[in-house]
Parts: sequence; C-alpha cells; structure tokens
Amino acid sequence: MSNEEIVYKKSPSMMERETHYCPGCTHGVVHKLIAESLDELGVEDAIVVAPVGCAVLIYDYMKLDGVEAAHGRAPAVATGIKRVLSDKIVISYQGDGDLLAIGLGETIHAANRGENITVIFVNNAIYGMTGGQMAPTTMPGQKTTTSQSGRMADDVGLPIRACELINTLEKPVYIERVSCHNGANILKAKKAIKKALLNQKEGKGYSFVEVLATCPTNWGLTPKKAYDWLEDTMIPYYPLGNFRDQEV
Amino acid sequence: MSDKILMKGNEAAAEAAIIAGCRYYFGYPITPQNEIPEYMSKRLPEVGGTFIQAESETAAINMVFGASSTGARSMTSSSSPGISLKQEGISYLAAAQLPCVVINVSRGGPGLGNIAGSQGDYFQSTRGGGHGDYRTIVLAPYNCQELADLTLEAFDLADEYRMVVLILADGFLGQMSEPVVLPEPSGKKFNKDWAVGIGRKNKVASLILSPEDGLTKHNYVLKEVYDKVETEVRKYEEYMLDDADYLLCAYGSSARICKQAITELRNKGIKVGYFRPITLWPFPYDELLNASKGKKKILTVEMSLGQMVEDVKLAVNGSIPVDFYGIPGGMIPTPEAIIERVESYE
Ligand SMILES: Cc1ncc(C[n+]2csc(CCOP(=O)(O)OP(=O)(O)O)c2C)c(N)n1
Ligand code: SF4
Ligand SMILES: [Mg+2]
Repeated sequence: MSNEEIVYKKSPSMMERETHYCPGCTHGVVHKLIAESLDELGVEDAIVVAPVGCAVLIYDYMKLDGVEAAHGRAPAVATGIKRVLSDKIVISYQGDGDLLAIGLGETIHAANRGENITVIFVNNAIYGMTGGQMAPTTMPGQKTTTSQSGRMADDVGLPIRACELINTLEKPVYIERVSCHNGANILKAKKAIKKALLNQKEGKGYSFVEVLATCPTNWGLTPKKAYDWLEDTMIPYYPLGNFRDQEV
Repeated sequence: MSDKILMKGNEAAAEAAIIAGCRYYFGYPITPQNEIPEYMSKRLPEVGGTFIQAESETAAINMVFGASSTGARSMTSSSSPGISLKQEGISYLAAAQLPCVVINVSRGGPGLGNIAGSQGDYFQSTRGGGHGDYRTIVLAPYNCQELADLTLEAFDLADEYRMVVLILADGFLGQMSEPVVLPEPSGKKFNKDWAVGIGRKNKVASLILSPEDGLTKHNYVLKEVYDKVETEVRKYEEYMLDDADYLLCAYGSSARICKQAITELRNKGIKVGYFRPITLWPFPYDELLNASKGKKKILTVEMSLGQMVEDVKLAVNGSIPVDFYGIPGGMIPTPEAIIERVESYE
C-alpha cells in the first residue's frame, strides 16, 4: 500500500480525448467544471445542447447525450428536450454571439418561461469560431476583425450585460457571473455551475451562469496576457458575483 | 370512432395529430392557421401533452428539433411567412434525420401578402426552402377528411423514414368546415435507438467537418432514404380519366374547382378528367406520364403564377402539350375560367 493519496483525477464524465481548443482557451476549463459538477451530483445522463461556436463539439469531449442546435437556438432546443424529458438534466452551453446576438430572442424567452434548464454562457467578448469578429460583448475600443479601429460605442453601442438583462425577468431562480482566468475564480465558477445544475436537479427552475472567458487567439494575446486582459478590462465592465439565488 | 363530425380543416388536422400520438406542439400565431395552436393549447394538456406558444416560428421549429431528438412525436404549424422562418430548422432537422410534422396552411404571398388561401409555396415546399441537399415529404390534401387522414399518416411517414413531413394545405382548406370521420391510429411502432435520453450517449448533430468526405457520405445516406421514399411513397388520385381527351392537373383546393369544371364540361360533351398529385414530393412523374398517354392536352390549374406546372412538364417531357391556368394572390380559379380555357382547345 502506498501512502500516496489521489488529490486530483480526471472527471469520469470527460472523454479521454484532447480538445481542439487553442492554448489558453477557457472553453476546456468550463467543460471540465460542468463534468466535475455532474459527477459530484451523481448525474450520469445529462443532455448537453451544443452551440454553434467554438464549443460546437462539446458533446465529443463529454460522456453525455448531445444535441447540436442551430446558431442561437440552443435554448429553444433545450426547451423541446426538457419538456419531453423532464427528469433529465439539460444544459444549454452558449457563446456570446450565440446567446446575445442571433439567439437573444430564444435566450430571453426561455428565461422568461422559467424553463427548468441550466444555461452556461461563455463570454469571451468575441466571435471565436468565425475568426474574431465583433460580438455583442466586445469591449469598447477592443479591436476585432470587424471593428478594426476598436469597438466604437457611438456607432455600434456598448457591450450587453447578460446577467443584468436576465435579472429583469421574474422567473429565473439563479443568476451568477463568474470568471475562469485564475485558480481562485475557477473554484468560484465551479461552485456556481454546480449550484445551477443542482437547482435543475431539484426542479427549481431556470439557472444562468455567465463565465468570463478568454480567446487568446482572436484577442491576439498570449494566454497569460489574455488572463490579465480579462481581469483588467472585462471584470470592471462585467462585475462578478451573484445576481439572484432564489429559494423556491 | 366512425361518426362524422363537422370540423374546420385546421381543427381536424390538430385532432388527427393527437390521435397519431403527437404530444408536443410548438407554434406561433398566424392567420389562417390559428385554430391549430388554439385547439392544441386546449387539447394537449387534456391528454398529458405540452403546448408552447413560442416567441417566433424560428424558436418553435427548434423546440420541435429538441422534442424530436428525444424520439417524441412533435409538430408545428404555420402559414407561409412563418414557414419561411422555419426553413432554417427544417434544414437542420433534415440533416440530423429527425422526424417531425410541419403543417403549412398557406396564404397569399410574397411578403406579408394576404390571409386568403394560396398555392404560392409549391416551390418552397418541394424544392427545399432551406439550405443544403435535402428533401421533405410533401402531402397535399384537398378536403378536410384528407387533411385529417394525411396528418395522421404524416407521423408514421416521418418516423419510418426519419424525415420532416410537410402538409401543404391552404387557407381555404384550413378555414372550411366539413364532416370528418376522425382516423384511427395505425398502431405502427418505430425503432428510435438514435434518440437522446435513452441511456446510449447518442449525439444528434448536423456538423460533419471530418473526415474530408464525411459530409459527402452523409449526403449519400440521405439520398438512399430519399430514393426509397421516391419508390415507396407516391400518392395521387385519377378522376374520370379513362375516356378523357383533356387532362386537368391540380392539387389541393384547385383540384376541387377542377372537379366542378369537369362535371360541367362533361355535361357539354367535352371529355375531361383530372390527375391530382397528393404527394408533391415525391411527385408522381411516371404515373402522370401514364395517365397522359392518348390525351390531347394537359391543363395545369394552380392558385399561383405557375409552379407545379414545371413538374407536370418534367413528367410528360414534351410528349403532349401542357397549358397553364392560374390565379395568384389568394384568389380562387373559377370553374368558368377553366371551362372557357378547355373549350378553346376544341
Ligand atoms: C445562421 C448562422 N449564422 C452565422 C454562422 C457563423 N458563425 C458560426 S459561430 C459564430 C459566432 C460564434 O461566436 P460565439 O457565439 O461568441 O462563440 P465562440 O466561438 O466565441 O465560443 C458565427 C457567426 C452560423 N454558423 N450560422
Ligand atoms: S478561437 Fe478562441 S474561443 Fe475558439 S478555441 Fe481558440 S481561443 Fe478558444
Ligand atoms: Mg464568443
């Protein structure tokens, strides 16, 4: 018998497979947090609705049932699934273009109906998959391939704050913004994701977790600089914390 | 269950869907199909089903996508402008081989058009209004009874071939009240081991990036299904064709007008009959060609500027002349206009 103690092991809900994500990309971290939360909650039969965005292949990295939605339609697809399979955990995983641009209608209405689903919103302030175009969450002054001199508020408005928007609706039971740019925040992110999934398991209703995330590739930064940029630029505009945690 | 009930076409379709075991309906209001969501909103909760008035037709068809991915029977309905919005979802459903039923109680177009029945959506229905290489089965009823019967059958066809089945009705049919004998369920069972939520860690997806020819292979898988449907699903009706000199070709409400015109033309001694395609895809090309043998001319009648007439021409491939009479914009062709046109051939 060795004295070694296992302090970390790969989540059984994750596949033994390398992801296609760029170095320093936080999509993989968020996947891991979802997988660990499901493990800890004893959920083996969750269904993940994949977005159109860099995380479109999420179902290839996790041992789950997966349904791939059209761009922005994940909350509607999740609604359809959950209304049939009310005892399964249904997760809608979405990027900022998906959730706040093309799919804003689906986002707001699924939240407003209070669908008993969990929405994980990965806000990386850019369109990752299509090569770095401006997103609804792109920061003022941030250069993207379609805002080459930096996002100009006079022309295109200011970034949309998703948690605050959803917080205007009555039905959601849980709304929290977290970040995963460093260890301490990743731990908080995990807690929020787990709570959001637990709420669903307990039938409480709609839970929304926004995760501030990085896209070093399209931000044109090294991973380290990307984490710093997130902390210095995004967090002041997108305050972290809980917006709602309703006991029902 | 063999009693005749006076029902609106839209209600007959809705009740037939419930008889078929459809328990999930997602839709958005639009005239002239509102009786379908209204009926469903009342009836589905009574049978343990779910009705959602979606935020848009786009959301509705994607809710159908979600429900269908679990293997449950689900449907949506709309009218022309709303069906345009559903095309994105229909393409994704077709790609992922998800079964579902979509009813189009079509109206005048393009644009917002008007709310009267029209047949301007033939191209959209039969050529795939969405993107990519796909097909949907298209069924075109011509009375309330057939609307009910075909709606019931549509669910079986959808499950059998894992395809979207589109019912192309029109506003006149949807709004009209006729005695209907509600159909009996077929009782057929379908294997749905592809569904999510059955403990198999299944994926329902349409993105195929690798290998390089992965999508091509998938396209051929779809083609195999479509080929099968083309041989196995062909519906049409022939009426008074045996001794006819002229063949009228029409579907849906137009065929009803043709029937009237045929009676009057025959009273005048002119021998006319009709060929009525019921499946618009697959179109009964061979059957129409056979029916047209020995006839002098075909007159295609549509409530449009002429859309199905292209399939009629493809069917006969120049072997006999094909004429067209139609009226667009939610107007109904009159029997008199059809009679006048046929008399001009004499
Ligand atoms: C209807 C439609 N429009 C546009 C696209 C192209 N597209 C793919 S992903 C994407 C944006 C992705 O950005 P985001 O949602 O922020 O996800 P990320 O890749 O950043 O995680 C776009 C515009 C598409 N696939 N479908
Ligand atoms: S492009 Fe951006 S979001 Fe996409 S994998 Fe790379 S770093 Fe991640
Ligand atoms: Mg993004």
